[in-house]
Amino acid sequence: MLKTFAKGGVHPPENKLSASRPIESLPLPQTVSIPLSQHIGAPPAPLVQKNDQVKTGQLIARGEGFVSASIHSSVTGKVVKLEEVMDAGGYRRPAVTIQVGEDEWMPEIDTSPGLIKEFDLSGKDIIEKVKEAGIVGMGGATFPSHVKMSVPRGKKAELLIINGVECEPWLTSDHRLMLEKGEELLVGIRLIMKALQVEKALIGIENNKPDAIEHLSGLCLGEKGISVVPLKVKYPQGGEKQLIKALTAREVPSGGLPIDVATVVHNVGTAFAVYEAVQKKKPLIERVVTVTGPSVKKPCNFLVRTGTPVSHLIEAAGGLPDDTGKIVSGGPMMGKALNSLQVPVTKGTSGILILPESMSVRKPVLPCIRCSRCIFVCPMGLEPYLLMTLSEKKMTEKMEKEHVMDCIECGSCSYICPSNRPLLDYIRLGKAQVNQLIRSRKK
Amino acid sequence: MNSTILITVITLSAIGMAAALILYFVARKFRVHEDPRIDEVEEVLPAANCGGCGYPGCRNFAEALVKSDSFEGLFCPVGGNEVMAKVAEILGREAVTQAPLVAVVRCNGSPGHRPKTSVYDGPVTCAIAHALYTGESDCPYGCLGYGDCVEACTFDAMYMDPKTNLPVVIDNKCTACGACVEACPRDIIELRKKNPKDRKIFVCCINEEKGAVARKNCKVACIGCGACVKVCPFDAITLENNLAYIDAEKCRLCRKCSPVCPTNSILEINFPEKKMVVKGQEKKDAKEGSGKEEKVAASGSEQKESGEESKKDKESNSSNK
Repeated sequence: MLKTFAKGGVHPPENKLSASRPIESLPLPQTVSIPLSQHIGAPPAPLVQKNDQVKTGQLIARGEGFVSASIHSSVTGKVVKLEEVMDAGGYRRPAVTIQVGEDEWMPEIDTSPGLIKEFDLSGKDIIEKVKEAGIVGMGGATFPSHVKMSVPRGKKAELLIINGVECEPWLTSDHRLMLEKGEELLVGIRLIMKALQVEKALIGIENNKPDAIEHLSGLCLGEKGISVVPLKVKYPQGGEKQLIKALTAREVPSGGLPIDVATVVHNVGTAFAVYEAVQKKKPLIERVVTVTGPSVKKPCNFLVRTGTPVSHLIEAAGGLPDDTGKIVSGGPMMGKALNSLQVPVTKGTSGILILPESMSVRKPVLPCIRCSRCIFVCPMGLEPYLLMTLSEKKMTEKMEKEHVMDCIECGSCSYICPSNRPLLDYIRLGKAQVNQLIRSRKK
Repeated sequence: MNSTILITVITLSAIGMAAALILYFVARKFRVHEDPRIDEVEEVLPAANCGGCGYPGCRNFAEALVKSDSFEGLFCPVGGNEVMAKVAEILGREAVTQAPLVAVVRCNGSPGHRPKTSVYDGPVTCAIAHALYTGESDCPYGCLGYGDCVEACTFDAMYMDPKTNLPVVIDNKCTACGACVEACPRDIIELRKKNPKDRKIFVCCINEEKGAVARKNCKVACIGCGACVKVCPFDAITLENNLAYIDAEKCRLCRKCSPVCPTNSILEINFPEKKMVVKGQEKKDAKEGSGKEEKVAASGSEQKESGEESKKDKESNSSNK
């Protein structure tokens, strides 16, 4: 029997339409807007000014402080604006807008396609390189990777877990990356293992990607300490805590981090970015983005430079379908609906999902019938119906006692609810309130 | 038979006596001494339990009043000066007076002024919508229109205007308890000084974006041009982060600022309509006008009209010169 996590979980229709489409390089757009805040943590200050010429891969904002990431120019061209641009939520955030000229890379970046297998660098140097390249968690949470690679004092990592689960329906960017860049990926994994000083790494892949499992298992035969583990298909297996539970049967304590159970989890995209940063000196300026949807003409996996407007991607995938009702950045379960097509692709954008009108309307909310299905599917063992009620009644302290902060916002409860109750919306509000309470207590 | 009744009566009375004695001594032993003035003060307070004073209820506020040495930071906005004077009398202190306040909604973005660019079908509360995105229009500062403030008002002093999709404050019911200010996730509602006849002049916008961006998203946004700052004779208007703000303490309601605003984002409410007057008649007309009490509702169409009128006024003024 295949491994999986113990508690809860759902299985939405997979719809991996673009799984067989190879990764294509997307032609450059006319302008890119690179947001300065593409990660969790403090936004860095820009180093360039208006009318400056920048080259592809040039540093344009240095991450200051520990939890922060540097930003690099993804194109060659002239800085035309240092203004705020709309992010996925419609709020304006500081960004650097660059008019794209002919593509000229920074001279130190190795753009040749050859595979480099060198492991001379020390762990510290690897982390430094990762920090310089501005790498963040590419599964969507965008937590600066060098922070996760530096094991805090007094803790020890035993195991590295590489997340190739891609449990979100529709998305296939990680899947394609594993198939096409397997060798580079393994080098990246070795580098992270060295930085963490661990001897063992597991790659978790769900069983709906048999080709990726076979391909990587074949490559792993010659590698000591790295192995592929096929997993049962269940959402949200790609969640850090769920993946650790599935692979090692260890449970991350409430409020704790994976390092508390001696593991570190990185996404396959991150491992590939680490390879490029260390071996090719290439900063994180492009990523694989899936563009898909039931009525999209040509569902694709694109290699996209950060800052490219979403409209450019949709154009390349055959244009916006007539029946479009909603455009989601990310997957259907955890993604965010966009309210403008000018929103730029960031380091955390794993896919653009275009839903037709029939699939994008919420059904009318009915009263809770106490069927407790939300409790059965919650992977964190919470009681979503109770948390929603507490949030509605603004009972913040009670919510904290009910461990609302353990919620990973996977949306399984809202998905399964037969009364279409907006459980996650209210729980998220509750989390914000509890956060505020915790902060006010610290003061 | 008789003896049974007798025994029963005697036993019960004995138990009753014993219990009464125990209760009496326990009550004496564990008696909580409470200042009798707390009850008196609570009696005077409005008993609305709205939390406007910052305490969970009127009883807690009464306790705080009795315990404190001065009235600093303690004020019942609902009862106002009248109630505070009574409290002062009970406690034998000098009353502190505060100018009465009223809640003011600083957004005029009705659908006519601020076109919708997206559709929201999530839970109908501003708190959730605000955390998700900018709202159905592209203004990240404007009213979301789901009525969290109306929900929060315990005095029925607010309602949602179905035409403009904006909340409206009923001035004579508003007690300035501040519940709506707290409830609004965008800090649109402000407590401002109450003027005679409920007259108000304020910048009906809190958008801090650059003028062009603000104007693109909403026709009646403050674009931070500073025309009102120049024209104000009392230095009551300040311009910060592309946004003008009228200090209600300094404002003398001269109405010079609102006609110069290019986007009509300064609202005059409850003033008599401005009329073209011949000299000499001026005083009389003003008197008549003020007696009427005209209300300019914050509705889109009406506001537009009054804006146009004020423009016309300006034009005719200049042509007269």
